[in-house]
Amino acid sequence: MKEIKYIITDPLGIHARPAGMLVKEAGKCLCNVTLSVGGPAVDAKRIMGVMKLAAKQGMEITMTFDGPDEETAAANLEAFLKANL
Amino acid sequence: MREGTGRPVFSGVAIGKAYVYFPRQSELPASCGDSEIELKNFNAARETAREQLQALFEKTRREIGEEQAMILDVQIMMLDDLDFVESVQEMIAGGASAAQAAHETGDAFSAAFAAMDDEYMKARAVDVKDMARRLVDILCGGRSGFQMEEPGILIAEDLTPSETVQLPKDKILAFVTRQGSSNSHTAILARIMNIPSLVQAQIALSPEIDGKMMIVDGFEGRYYIEPDEETQAAMTEKRKRALEHKQALEQYRGKESVSKSGKKILLCANIGSADDVRYVLEGDAEGVGLMRSEFLYLGREDFPTEEELFEAYRSVVEQLKGRPLVIRTLDIGADKQCDYFGLEHEENPALGYRGIRICLTREDIFRPQMRAIYRAAAFGPVSAMFPMIISVDEVRRIKEFCKSIREGLVAEGIPCGKVDLGIMIETPAAAVISRELAKEVAFFSVGTNDLTQYTLAIDRQNAKLDAFYDPHHPAVMSLLKTIVESAHAEGIWAGICGELGADLTLTETFLEMGFDELSVSPGRILELRKKVCESEV
Repeated sequence: MKEIKYIITDPLGIHARPAGMLVKEAGKCLCNVTLSVGGPAVDAKRIMGVMKLAAKQGMEITMTFDGPDEETAAANLEAFLKANL
Repeated sequence: MREGTGRPVFSGVAIGKAYVYFPRQSELPASCGDSEIELKNFNAARETAREQLQALFEKTRREIGEEQAMILDVQIMMLDDLDFVESVQEMIAGGASAAQAAHETGDAFSAAFAAMDDEYMKARAVDVKDMARRLVDILCGGRSGFQMEEPGILIAEDLTPSETVQLPKDKILAFVTRQGSSNSHTAILARIMNIPSLVQAQIALSPEIDGKMMIVDGFEGRYYIEPDEETQAAMTEKRKRALEHKQALEQYRGKESVSKSGKKILLCANIGSADDVRYVLEGDAEGVGLMRSEFLYLGREDFPTEEELFEAYRSVVEQLKGRPLVIRTLDIGADKQCDYFGLEHEENPALGYRGIRICLTREDIFRPQMRAIYRAAAFGPVSAMFPMIISVDEVRRIKEFCKSIREGLVAEGIPCGKVDLGIMIETPAAAVISRELAKEVAFFSVGTNDLTQYTLAIDRQNAKLDAFYDPHHPAVMSLLKTIVESAHAEGIWAGICGELGADLTLTETFLEMGFDELSVSPGRILELRKKVCESEV
């Protein structure tokens, strides 16, 4: 299993648009991907759950990757977070 | 050829295809008994919804922009969200129909968003609902809401405000309704949209008329279905003359509205939504004298958020480019009802819990609206006016409330602007004590429809009373004179925003009385300006 942490810098946080992009990115992974902000983790491939986290600027999010392509998946998502959030 | 009559509410001639409107069924179909089939229907509906949303997404991206289009993209993703899909599948397995399951799951998910402590995410509840509603519509009839492929004439029993909100307005050439009166909602809308329309039409609503060629003559109050050649030629000619008459008014575009003796009057337009601003600009109005804010609350299932209200008001302010805007605060109740307000049924809603009476007792409704208005005022001139006032005390309470709203925004560092506070004079009580009220506010706007109905004790929704209804009744004229005199004695301006303002036989009377502003349907501005400019008063 692989884990990454990231602090959101986007002033609006994970609002609808980046949430959609993030879910699409996670959807490309074969492995299981979860997302959490301190509390319980949600499936990062499901948009409603990701939006309901309402992650804001300055919050630290944790993503876990578990499965065959976890290394590349974690690297891809990390790059995505840096570029978009 | 078939023909019939109706009561015209706006002049002009419309020629086009007939579209018969049937209201959506409120009862959702129950399961057919086989959950396998329901599941298959659900998956098929998702496919159709995806195609519709995809098309809408492309169109929005081309015509509006990436940001708006993303909202639709998110809806497409919601359609595939496993939390949502699994929940629907479970309900179907438990014996629900596909439509029931999609509707209830949509409601549950949307409620979860609505309950969030985050204004932005709260607003997403609407997206979830919209997505679920699309599925339900597809499951209940194969098409999402009412659609018009090409411009045409809409025929209906009657249209509620929430139905008209969802109509493809840019395609409607005329309304023909079996019910309604000249003051009913559809009639008001027809006047804003500047299209010929008939109410109380003698017409059978059969699907068989759907798609037939139709002509509406808003001058004579007649309609023709599958007109013969002679009628068609005569009506085409009539339509041409009407357009020429309109063309002749074009010389008044951009002119000042001033009478021969130099009396100036501001000619503004009445609108119901941000979409209507284009009619204001087309009609050459000098501002918006009445923006009815109810439409932002109708046709939905929960209160609009402060953000939604703010966006709508800001859009109007920006489109008006410096022209003044008067927003009337929520006037719900009476003939315009919303289920989610949870209002009790009343025997006599016109004299009931409505307008400012709701706002003053429901801060949770009033606060977001006033905050949105103050925030929009940061982008251009905005005034607010309050409906159904009967006492000085109410006005003082409103002023106190507005002061606290503004101070709150300033303290939070949220941009806001100055808002002139005025009141509607539409109760005989307000007219009688107008001198006292004038000391408290920045302007008066007379709502002549209500003022007349309350003064004459005539229900404007009751078509049987139309014969007794005299809009020029001397009692009403006398009140109008009192109102404008009180306003000027205290140094404030007074306008008229009811239908009477567009009555060309009274334009000179209003100029003589000294009214400073008339706010009418956008399509009436140029003829009113012609009348003012030709007046000797």
